[in-house]
Order: sequence, then structure tokens, then C-alpha cells
Amino acid sequence: MTVIDDISDVPTPDASLAPLLEVRDLHVEFHTRDGVAKAVNGVNYSVSAGETLAVLGESGSGKSVSAQAVMGILDMPPARIPKGEIFFQGRDMLKMSGEERRKIRGRKIAMIFQDALSSLNPVLSVGYQLGEMYRVHQGLSRKDAKAKAIELMDRVRIPAARERVGDYPHQFSGGMRQRIMIAMALALEPDLIIADEPTTALDVTVQAQVMELLAELQREYNMGLILITHDLGVVADVADKIAVMYAGRIVEDAPVHDIYAKPAHPYTKGLLQSIPRLDQKGQELYAIKGLPPNLTRIPSGCAFNPRCPMAQDICRTDVPPLHPVGTARGSACHFWKETLGE
Amino acid sequence: MSDTTLPKDPEDAAATAAEAAVPDAATALVAEAAAAQLADREPILQVRNLVKHFPLTQGIIVKRQIGAVKAVDGVSFDLYAGETLGIVGESGCGKSTVAKLLMNLEQVTAGEVFYKGQDITKLSGRALKAVRRNIQMVFQDPYTSLNPRMTVGDIIGEPFDIHPEVAPKGDRRKRVEELLDVVGLNPEYINRYPHQFSGGQRQRIGIARGLALNPEIIICDEPVSALDVSVQAQVINLMEKLQDEFNLSYIFIAHDLSIVRHISDRVGVMYLGKIAEIGSDAEIYEHPTHPYTQALLSAVPVPDPEAREHRERIILSGDVPSPANPPSGCRFRTRCWKAEDRCALEEPLLAIPTRFANVDTPAKHESACHFAEEKDVVGAA
Ligand SMILES: Nc1ncnc2c1ncn2[C@@H]1O[C@H](COP(=O)(O)OP(=O)(O)OP(=O)(O)O)[C@@H](O)[C@H]1O
Ligand SMILES: Nc1ncnc2c1ncn2[C@@H]1O[C@H](COP(=O)(O)OP(=O)(O)OP(=O)(O)O)[C@@H](O)[C@H]1O
Ligand code: SF4
Ligand code: SF4
Ligand SMILES: [Mg+2]
Ligand SMILES: [Mg+2]
Repeated sequence: MTVIDDISDVPTPDASLAPLLEVRDLHVEFHTRDGVAKAVNGVNYSVSAGETLAVLGESGSGKSVSAQAVMGILDMPPARIPKGEIFFQGRDMLKMSGEERRKIRGRKIAMIFQDALSSLNPVLSVGYQLGEMYRVHQGLSRKDAKAKAIELMDRVRIPAARERVGDYPHQFSGGMRQRIMIAMALALEPDLIIADEPTTALDVTVQAQVMELLAELQREYNMGLILITHDLGVVADVADKIAVMYAGRIVEDAPVHDIYAKPAHPYTKGLLQSIPRLDQKGQELYAIKGLPPNLTRIPSGCAFNPRCPMAQDICRTDVPPLHPVGTARGSACHFWKETLGE
Repeated sequence: MSDTTLPKDPEDAAATAAEAAVPDAATALVAEAAAAQLADREPILQVRNLVKHFPLTQGIIVKRQIGAVKAVDGVSFDLYAGETLGIVGESGCGKSTVAKLLMNLEQVTAGEVFYKGQDITKLSGRALKAVRRNIQMVFQDPYTSLNPRMTVGDIIGEPFDIHPEVAPKGDRRKRVEELLDVVGLNPEYINRYPHQFSGGQRQRIGIARGLALNPEIIICDEPVSALDVSVQAQVINLMEKLQDEFNLSYIFIAHDLSIVRHISDRVGVMYLGKIAEIGSDAEIYEHPTHPYTQALLSAVPVPDPEAREHRERIILSGDVPSPANPPSGCRFRTRCWKAEDRCALEEPLLAIPTRFANVDTPAKHESACHFAEEKDVVGAA
């Protein structure tokens, strides 16, 4: 991943070489009664065809909001995008007309939500909802759309798809509903899938089924995948690279192996240390002190400074830029060298 | 921390301090000694063949029972003083129902729960009240389990209304402030409302309330599941500290297998209303013999990208069957890759498998499978 500090010297994207999606300096804010909540404060990430980017962070760090901005499904107002670019296949989607964006949504970029039950329509059969994708976008007849729906349900391994195509969402288990959501996202064979906590509500054995299915289909269609999660285990299992978010910023981005072996940001390091390890049985767990910040009052300087064990005076005054670490990594910490070095 | 009036056994405190001072090399010995001690001790809680069936009814005016959800269907285990028993298993396997039965919040369909030798499922009135004081619960959801219209002081002090003998009227405020301090919250927050606290802080309030009556046993139903990773560690550390300090016994229900391993001395694995396997944390995590435990452990994502290439993962097919109509014989057979005819005909009992009965091996622990054997799985860290 390229680290972009200065937008001006970025070459014009070449469709064949450029990443599928490139988000640059994205900002999103919400105007609330308590003031302006700066949910996303300069996010940069990119993902190429066939690649999996994991966006990792705690609750409220801005993972979903940045994904919704990419998808173009933020309610504006209350949301506002004061700054940023979202290049998809070389074109800035923020500069497109509403009509153009709608064409991309579903067909080229699809999203899988955390809670399948609330994102499926409870009063329509699963088959009808799957078929709708084909009727609306490809003008297929009812009968052909139904046949396609059955094919898709088979594809995501819903047993007895032909018999169950008329069933309603509540008649399926949680894991099956999540697979149906995947089927829906895949229907139009998009180039990019954004999966927002796709397995958080599921049991581990079902999670394993769903993640395996997702990875297999990604390989098959050579899709880009953005996986939003707070689970360090899931990330280690499937990601090629990681972007760690804190208080609306990417604080560290790196190939997956590098980050687990040697984090370059104290927050990432703290997260990794707080996982219970075998040899720590009976000992106190490492805990990051304090709480994530209130987004209407983000601390000055580095947002992590009140919780950071390495904070110095400069951290309270100067916002750390995303420093390049080697060639393919970045860390938004004044003391990234010290963090790596320990 | 201020000096509190919670009972402290001076000998225990000394023992804990001594243990903490032991250098690393000797900890194993201490652990062994502790295990030996455990074997001689009387359990504080003995659960025997616990059953809870929820009737399934049909008809609006005249309700007919057409079946039953067999939420808990013959669960037995012991809990010892000062230990943590972890209970894991997938959604709907009956963990919360077990917790509610132990708390007497649900009426048992059958079975016994002996607290210091007395069957609490048969108690009522004053006798039940006296026992209840000693068994408390911390709930999963820090967002909905606290009454939003009550101040934190009222929430934590509420148990004193039922048990005024623990804290006479005049002493209450002081007790609540002490409890806030014990769980690491500022005692000045006593008049605040739950919405003014973060999830982790709310869970601390729930724990303070659970401690109010100086219980011996705390049943924790997913106490950290709703919390962020960094905050989870804070709450787990607090719970372990309180356990040492007050010699509490915990039943710790959770679906995060690595946290359960961290905090538990023993672990029981549940599937469809029954215990599939139970043993010490090392026996369950490193030497599981039940296919379900093996699949469960192999499915846990390991936070180490280097591990992903060399892991064997058992992907179970299908879904958990309905507890209203569980499979005959072994309940796991519809998803078990080792199932044979016998599994459909004969229910495997939770016992030490005969093949391991006379061998000295960590595989020698209770497992409800006809074909119990070890299988190498890379388990949860
Ligand atoms: N419609 C809205 N109005 C005001 N604030 C909002 C709105 N939507 C989101 N936010 C705020 O933006 C911040 C980022 O939210 P976001 O949903 O992106 O977090 P997240 O990282 O996805 O967290 P989680 O892990 O809990 O899903 C939060 O503090 C949230 O309260
Ligand atoms: N009051 C009730 N009436 C009918 N069925 C019930 C009732 N309470 C629980 N059940 C059923 O009993 C079974 C066990 O539920 P329980 O809540 O104990 O599961 P659990 O293991 O705690 O699951 P989770 O991990 O999702 O919390 C489920 O099938 C549930 O639907
Ligand atoms: S910039 Fe300072 S406060 Fe921020 S993470 Fe680095 S050391 Fe900590
Ligand atoms: S008894 Fe049979 S079906 Fe049940 S776990 Fe053992 S092998 Fe599998
Ligand atoms: Mg989110
Ligand atoms: Mg439960």
C-alpha cells in the first residue's frame, strides 16, 4: 500500500496498475446537538483485485462510517464529507452524479452487513429478494430470476435450495441468513465486496463456515474484499493487509505478517498484547488504560495520547503524520521507531 | 483501594500474597499443590441431572402442549470454593438457562442443585432467601441489564433492601461507596445514571452489585462479550483480583474460548442442553477427546497469521438441530464426522472413557462420546 501524505505528487491512476479502490484523506463529520462529531478524520486505504484489506478498530472508531461513505449510503445530512477522494477503478466517486453512483452500487461494489436479519426484508421470501437483483438490474423474467436465485442459494450451500427458495428470512438460522446476504452481495458479480463485521453475530463454528465460503468465492471471482472487524483472530486468518483505525484515523497500515510480528504503533501493540496468551495464565492481562475518546472532543495532538504508555509532550501538541515504515507500511506515531525497536 | 468491610480471610490473603511472590520456576509446583488440594475439597455447589424443558404450546384459547424445548437436559457438575468453572458452547445450547436455574430464577423441571449439601431447588421462603444471598449473578449486557431510571447508588444498594442485615440503613451509602471503589469506579459517581457510563464502566457497576451481599459464588453470563478488546482485559483483571481477594467461586459463561481459558480452572463444553466434555483447562484445550470440542477449538481464529497455513480446520457441516427435537442417541451425531450406527441408538454418557480409565494421561477426563480419542487440533491460544 502506498502511503499518501502529499496528494499532489500522486500519479494519475492507470486503470491497469491502480488499485481497485483508493480512499484518500477521507473526512466525515456528523452535526449533532452536542457539537460536530468527527467520525472519520483523514482515512487513506486501498485495495486491489483479489486482495483482502482488513479494517480493524474498536467500537466507534469510524470503520462503518468510512465504509458507508465508500458505498455512498451515508445519510447526508446529518453526515457531511468535508474533504477526501474515493477513487474506484480510477474515477473519484465523490465527483460522480447520483445516477452514476447508483450504477456502481450493487453491480460493482456490494456490501454485507453485520446483522443479516435486519437487512433482509422480513415479509418477502428469500428467493424473491435474491431474484429482485436480477429482475431490476438485468431485466430477467420472474422465472429466470427464480432459477438464478436457486443457483445462488446452492452456491452459498443452503441445503435443499429448490425447496427453500420460497421461505422467509426468519425461517433460516443466523448462519444461513448471513450466507444468503453473501449470496445477495455476489449476485451481480461485483469487483469489490465490503463486509462489515459479517460474522460478529455468529458462533465460531458457523463463523468458520461463512469465512471459508467468502474466501473461496473471492478467489473464484478475483474480487477485492474489505473486511471490517474488531477480531484480531479473524484478521490474522484471512487478511493480506491491515488498516488499524483509532478515533477516525488510520493509525497503522501494514501487510498482515508485519503487524503481528512487530507493530509500529503503540495502540496496535496494546491490542495485540491484550489478547490472552497461554503463557499468561494466572497473570494479569495487559490492558490499555482508559477509554476511547468522545468524538466531539478528540484530544489534541495524537488522539491516543491520554492512553498511550509512550506519550511525550510532543504527542499532546502535534498530530503525528502517517510515517512510512519501510516500503509498504505506515505508522501515525511520533515514536514509531521506538515502538518497533523495543 | 480503601479498607472495606467485605470479609477477608486473613489466612487466604496471606496465601495469595505468598503465591504471588513465588518465582516463575516454582509456580508449576504451586499449581500442582493447588490441584491436589482441590481434589480433597468438598464442592461448594453440586449440580445433578439438571433438566429444564420449556413447554411448546399451540392454540390461543385452549393451550395444548405440543412438545417442549429441551433447553437443559441432564447437566451435572461440581464447583469448588475459589475456583472458576468456565462454560462454553454455541448459541442456544442452554448456558444461560443453566445460570438461571442455579440462581433459582427459573423452576427446574428435574434435578438437584446442592449448595453446601442442601438442595436449593426444593427451598422456599426464608431458607431460599438465605441461600440466595450467597449466589449472585452478573449479566451479559451492560447496556440493558441496569435500570436506566435508577442512580448507580440505588442499583448497587438495591440488594440491601432484600437483605437489610448485610448493611443497616445508616451504613448503606458508605457500603456502596466502598463497592464502587473496589471495582475501580470513583465513589463520587454514586448519584449518576447508567447512561453516563461507558460499557466497561457499566459492567463494573454490575459486578459491584453482584458483590454487595458478600456472596460466595458469582455466576457470570457473558460478562465481557459486549465490550471492546482493550476494555475486556480491564474487566477480566478486576474479576480475577476480586476472586483472590474474597475467595469467590465463579461460573464463567462465555463464547470467547481464549478468555475462558485464561480465567478458568476447569471448563465444561455444552452442546444442545448437555455437557459434551468437562475437565481442567489444559485437558479440554490441549487434550480434547470429544469431536465437538475438537471442532469448536479448531474453528477459533488464531491471532497469528503464521499459523494459518499449517492449521487443520474442522469445518462442521449443517446447523445445530432444534432443542425441541434433538437427535436420538448422541445429540452431536448429525454433524459429527465420526458418527456410526451406534451413535444413533445409544446415548453416550458423560464419563471417563473406559479406554483411558487405567492410563495416566490428560485424555483421562469426562467426555460423552462412544469413540472418544485425542486428535491434534491447534486450539484457541
Ligand atoms: N448518524 C449519525 N449521527 C451522529 N453520529 C454518528 C452517526 N453515525 C455514526 N456516528 C458516530 O460516528 C462514530 C463512528 O461510528 P462507526 O459506526 O463508524 O463506528 P465503528 O467503528 O463501525 O464501530 P462498531 O465497531 O461499534 O461498529 C461513532 O462515534 C458514531 O457514534
Ligand atoms: N423462556 C423460554 N421459553 C422457551 N424457550 C426458551 C426460553 N428460554 C430459553 N429458551 C430456549 O432454550 C434454549 C437455550 O437457551 P439459552 O438462552 O440457555 O442458550 P444460551 O446457551 O445461553 O445461548 P446464547 O449463547 O445465545 O446466549 C434455546 O433454544 C432457547 O430458545
Ligand atoms: S504519537 Fe505519542 S501518544 Fe501517539 S501513539 Fe505515538 S507515542 Fe503514543
Ligand atoms: S458418540 Fe458418535 S456421534 Fe457422538 S460425538 Fe462420539 S462419535 Fe460423534
Ligand atoms: Mg460498525
Ligand atoms: Mg445466553
